[in-house]
Amino acid sequence: MRTIRYRDAVREAIAEEMERDERVLIMGEEVGHYQGAYKVTEGLLDRFTDKRVIDTPIAEAGFAGIGIGAAMVGLRPIVEFMTWNFSFVAFDQIVQNAAKIHQMSGGQISVPIVFRGPNGAARQVSSQHSHAVEPFYCSVPGMYVVAPSTPRDVKGLLKTSIRSNNPVIFLEGETIYGVKGEVPDLPEDGADGELIAFGKARIAREGTDCTIVTWGSPYYTVLEAAEVLAKEGIECEVVDPRTIRPLDVDTIVKSVEKTNRCVVVHEHWPYGGPGAEIVDQVQSRAFDYLDAPIGRVAGLDVPMPYATNLEETVLPTVERVIDAVKGVTYRS
Amino acid sequence: MAKRDELIPLYRQLHLIRRFEEEAARAYAKGRIGGFLHLYIGQEAVAVGANAALRADDYVFQTYRDHGTALARGSSPRACMAELYGKDAGCSRGLGGSMHFFDVANNFYGGYGIIGGHVALAAGAAYKSKYAGDDRIAMCFLGDGATNIGGFHEGMSLAGLWKLPLVVVIENNAYAMGTPMSRTTAVTDFTTKAVGYGMASDRFDGHDVRVVQEHMAKAIDRARSGGGPTLLEVMTYRFRGHSMSDPGKYRTKEELEERKKRDPVKLARQALLDLGMNEEDIAALDAEVEAEVQDAVDFAENAEPAKAEAMWQTVMAPEDL
Repeated sequence: MRTIRYRDAVREAIAEEMERDERVLIMGEEVGHYQGAYKVTEGLLDRFTDKRVIDTPIAEAGFAGIGIGAAMVGLRPIVEFMTWNFSFVAFDQIVQNAAKIHQMSGGQISVPIVFRGPNGAARQVSSQHSHAVEPFYCSVPGMYVVAPSTPRDVKGLLKTSIRSNNPVIFLEGETIYGVKGEVPDLPEDGADGELIAFGKARIAREGTDCTIVTWGSPYYTVLEAAEVLAKEGIECEVVDPRTIRPLDVDTIVKSVEKTNRCVVVHEHWPYGGPGAEIVDQVQSRAFDYLDAPIGRVAGLDVPMPYATNLEETVLPTVERVIDAVKGVTYRS
Repeated sequence: MAKRDELIPLYRQLHLIRRFEEEAARAYAKGRIGGFLHLYIGQEAVAVGANAALRADDYVFQTYRDHGTALARGSSPRACMAELYGKDAGCSRGLGGSMHFFDVANNFYGGYGIIGGHVALAAGAAYKSKYAGDDRIAMCFLGDGATNIGGFHEGMSLAGLWKLPLVVVIENNAYAMGTPMSRTTAVTDFTTKAVGYGMASDRFDGHDVRVVQEHMAKAIDRARSGGGPTLLEVMTYRFRGHSMSDPGKYRTKEELEERKKRDPVKLARQALLDLGMNEEDIAALDAEVEAEVQDAVDFAENAEPAKAEAMWQTVMAPEDL
């Protein structure tokens, strides 16, 4: 094992898969000569040339569409959105084409494409640059939605996503690109490296008193809250689903059967989305095991404000997670 | 003789598309077909002329008005009619319907109901050719109405920038659904748009299938030989409404009658006569087409309904992870 940053893990996954498969290319704004707006693609242009590392103009709908068209006839494009906030102008391409073409062609055409980029708030970038987009995409059948929290998960899941025959919405965490974590050693030449399957949750912390389901940036807020709670005698089990669609409901339910309590923590707005979906899945499958209504800690139901004092209150905080867990364990 | 022999299969395709759609309209009126049905009647020479100039391995994309293009590419009338009927034997297994014909075996990459964005899809197929270093080109059809949406602009812009082997065909039928061009766009000569995208362009009449084929061939050659994309504006006209629910009150009966004088099927028929083919031989050809269309209707009527199993199995493509 080695310790590397989240952004380096993303880059390693891309480079290893480009090395392995000539059909893989990456396109997006500033991915080449600029070396990536977040340095994720640093060095890739030199290594793979401008044939496979393609700078695009500011035209998300256009290059998302070109990626889909190229995927339909056999390439395996990785389309980078500088941030997921910019994906909304390509929403038509993603939802109407990438997700639908396999079925509406009666299964004749598949669309092996990865849309990836940083998701969620990134400290004071305000109203239009702070979206956690998973609710928009996870409701659409025909795509996978992946939201890894750790360097190891992001690498293993991105490699799987690039090899998938289907469209993948790959949500990285803008505020966790610098997070360090252990990953397996670099694979020997020609070896596969670690691949992590879709739909398999990871138990990040074992516990007996309350299950917390979380993913992406809030994952680290939750781990911090769990440490504080442990000192007060409340042991939380933290389940990171890693993929939002497909969702590993079995692992979540198994945990709730043990702890009898559940809190879902996410950055996206509280109305609907995977947060609400997980609550519904748990209540319908583990109703008899629940000793309290399922709790939820979400981003507040407002457009993201600029002012730092306000932004801090909008995002899930350690305090709000602690309060929610105490609420469902009746310790408040 | 050579000219006549070349025109015979084109006339046959024109007539087949016309008769196929007339029967589809009849089936729609009888309630055998549901949803939207956008007929290509009047515009057939565009698809047939284009296909005559294309290679079988070139990629073709179209809007929802896609029946004629699929049939011109070589899709079977049976599979097409069965799709309209929502049957499992349909070209998209009854999952796509009228607006979403697909036939990969004939390199027909689909009918798209949300127009504009499909220009970028076609550019993506062209991108693959450039990436792989092969000489397959992509052709994308759209209506005049689709030039006003953002997706058109971004697809064109990138195709021009990257000099992709793409031919974009604007089938100018003068109306965006029920709104005439004078009320949808400031500049009605669409070839002027090509300048801004760094593309070549051409504008021509779309009623004579031979004229269409000739102009298409030039643009296709340019794309295939590395000369980059071309924007084509083909002047055409649809004789029916936008869809089956459109009575066409936005245009006069006189205008329609005037336009019908240049019916592409009749023009091709007359051309065959002028080239010395006799009435009996044309009638024999027509009878063949008639039997083929009737066979398609019978097939669709009796085919198995669409399957729930197919619906579930095609949400995600099979993985080999």
